[in-house]
Amino acid sequence: MEADSKPKKSGARLCCVCNQNRAALKRPKTLELICRECFYAVFEEEIHQVILENQLFKPGDRIAIGASGGKDSTVLAYVLSELNRRHNYGLDLFLLSVDEGITGYRDDSLETVKRNELQYGLPLKIVSYKDLYGWTMDEIVKMIGLKNNCTFCGVFRRQALDRGAALLKVDKVATGHNADDIAETVLLNILRGDIARLSRCTSIITGEDGPIPRCKPFKYTYEKEIVMYAYFKKLDYFSTECIYSPNAYRGFAREFIKDLERIRPRAILDIIKSGEDFRISTTTKMPEQGTCERCGYISSQKWCKACVLLEGLNRGLPKLGIGRTQGLNSDGKKDRKRDSRTPSIESKQCGSLEF
Amino acid sequence: MACNSSTCNSSGCYKGYEEEEQPKPNTKAAVNGGNSCQNLCVKCKVNEPVCCGIGGENSRFCKDCFKNNLYGKFKQAVTYNAMITPPDKVLVAFSGGPSSRVVLQFVHEMQYKAQKNYDANKDKSLPVFGVGVAFIDESSTHSFTSLHIEKAIEDIRLIVSNLAPPSKELFVVPIESIFSSDGIDGKERLKELLDAVSDVTGKEDLLIRLRILLLQKIASENGYTRIVLGTCTSRIACHVISATVKGQGYSLSADIQYVDSRWEIPVVLPLRDCPAQELNTLCSLDGLKIVELLNGPCSGINGLVSSFVKVLQEENPSRECTIVRTAGKLTPFHFNRVPEIHDSNVPSATRRHQKRYTLKPNGSLSSDSFCPICSSPLKKSNFPSSLRSHGNQQNPDLIASACSSCQFQILPKDPSLMEEFLSVLPQQMITKAKHGDQGDFSLLREQIQEFLLSDGENEI
Repeated sequence: MEADSKPKKSGARLCCVCNQNRAALKRPKTLELICRECFYAVFEEEIHQVILENQLFKPGDRIAIGASGGKDSTVLAYVLSELNRRHNYGLDLFLLSVDEGITGYRDDSLETVKRNELQYGLPLKIVSYKDLYGWTMDEIVKMIGLKNNCTFCGVFRRQALDRGAALLKVDKVATGHNADDIAETVLLNILRGDIARLSRCTSIITGEDGPIPRCKPFKYTYEKEIVMYAYFKKLDYFSTECIYSPNAYRGFAREFIKDLERIRPRAILDIIKSGEDFRISTTTKMPEQGTCERCGYISSQKWCKACVLLEGLNRGLPKLGIGRTQGLNSDGKKDRKRDSRTPSIESKQCGSLEF
Repeated sequence: MACNSSTCNSSGCYKGYEEEEQPKPNTKAAVNGGNSCQNLCVKCKVNEPVCCGIGGENSRFCKDCFKNNLYGKFKQAVTYNAMITPPDKVLVAFSGGPSSRVVLQFVHEMQYKAQKNYDANKDKSLPVFGVGVAFIDESSTHSFTSLHIEKAIEDIRLIVSNLAPPSKELFVVPIESIFSSDGIDGKERLKELLDAVSDVTGKEDLLIRLRILLLQKIASENGYTRIVLGTCTSRIACHVISATVKGQGYSLSADIQYVDSRWEIPVVLPLRDCPAQELNTLCSLDGLKIVELLNGPCSGINGLVSSFVKVLQEENPSRECTIVRTAGKLTPFHFNRVPEIHDSNVPSATRRHQKRYTLKPNGSLSSDSFCPICSSPLKKSNFPSSLRSHGNQQNPDLIASACSSCQFQILPKDPSLMEEFLSVLPQQMITKAKHGDQGDFSLLREQIQEFLLSDGENEI
């Protein structure tokens, strides 16, 4: 082994991959000591392998990357365009962003996405809750408080992404869900008794029978490694938690997984593996797939969840569609919003979308 | 609405949801006093409530109804799953804690009733099932003073002797007897084995496996046909989470059913539907003595999961039940039911009953192979790993056929230490590995036997 030309500091260790450079970090996934260059290489290579093994894309695909301006989507946009170039995937990449109307959070992160558009050279489309549904998250939270707001946002965002994807005429949507997210979801579904979701939540491609399939190239990528990559590569991203999220139930699972990672880093991947291996009978009652009577979106009930929630908002029944309770409704709020809202909502059919 | 009771002494009395009854005058306020005054037991509406059911503050039972409710869950689990039938001899695993104390008590009461029926019955056709108690002395793995453990064993003897008639045999067995050699030899070997496992969680899980193996040994050497564990809902909820976290999602459903017949002696869990909180309450209500052997809190993954479930439980008291219910929807295995009773001594009604209620075999009777260390059924896709040899000629089967969790947390990372490790494992685990996979291949071999030309064809 050649001696390094630089004098080694006492205690300095070498990268375990190239054995030449000084190790700059410890890999969160494996605790290996690794230099920056090798870290970039192994990070990108693992994602490339995931894409190949799971056949996520095919040449000529138009792909919309769900871009929030946060670290996951920024790194995803960066890495995908890099791999697209390097390995000739032959993809047409777009950035698709959703504006939920959260002041002080989303308007800032949207600036980041607009910068990403220029930095990565990827065309950007923004869809907003205000245009699609007539409500911003700020207005929704003002009405329903801080307990079930994530439910509203999640449901609306899912549909918003599909609508945006249809406008862009893409074949697939890629989201930045990482290993930590999926592990949290597996745990959440166990805690909340949702066996149907449990069987689906570890799939790397979902919604193949719906309007637009989605995939999660970061399924096996650790959140900490994404942060590290963004940090070392000095990528431009917006790093604040949504201001409405502290009360989300997911927080329990997240805390637990953070503690778990400290004791045994591979536990995150083990949770995902367990999720994939669960013996769930295919005859378990799965929701039947139909279409929403009101807007035509894919739905297992008469109305899709978004329409149910919207109805609740417009009629001043914030609990409509939340959980199974109907009681304890705020009687006073019933007719307040009716006049100003209803006309604008009812005129909002999904005319632009062929579902 | 004001409380109608003229004699209610509670200061902040307000009616709960039960308003249709005119409460009988009570002389004492509800024991739990404070700001809620639920005057009557929600079940019998006669006595005073003394404690909460798992439904939250709303369900308050009196002592008798509470106990009957709990016993009822036990009895239903036993009957529905044909856990205990007249010709059986059941071995109750007793750790000293509240769950095993309650299961021992309930099994005893069931036996006592059966005995009374037998005595009163002129036609002595239905024998009474036998009951034994096993306590595993793990003091060699901890630093208890011998005084401490001796006192504990004394207490246990007293408990068991008081649960007569019918009398029950008590086995106090040190954990090192798993090695079928007593004294210093066993202790040394056990220490060596545990020291060879560097992962804290791996150590704990290995110890649990050794416990089960020892129970099997005691049961089979003494003619017992069932092993009864006091595993409660809370423990199962923790197991669901910790198995998920260790990557054991496939085998999870095998461990959490009422019956586990993987072993020579089937293991049954009659307290599966009883939360720990209720069992604790019963012990204090009924004055059931608990022998606290401070094994120390679990550390590592198991400890973390326990605290997590505790936090969730505080946030929502029915979380444990939801977890177990969700996991209950996972498909069990074909061995998750009692083996068919072919004994003609068992009344045909019982046999028909068992046939009707136990789980239907899961489609194809899959020829599962099992991890030799933790006995978890292995997914078929694990076979490719069994073709890998670790360069160890003597025991490639054991290493390769272990599940990924045991490979990670129990088996030594350094291949040079493997030989030594295998030498200190209990014989039962090694034997299982050797014969574990043969079952599959012999089935396959049968089908193609006529086409095989030479005997030298050796499947790996």
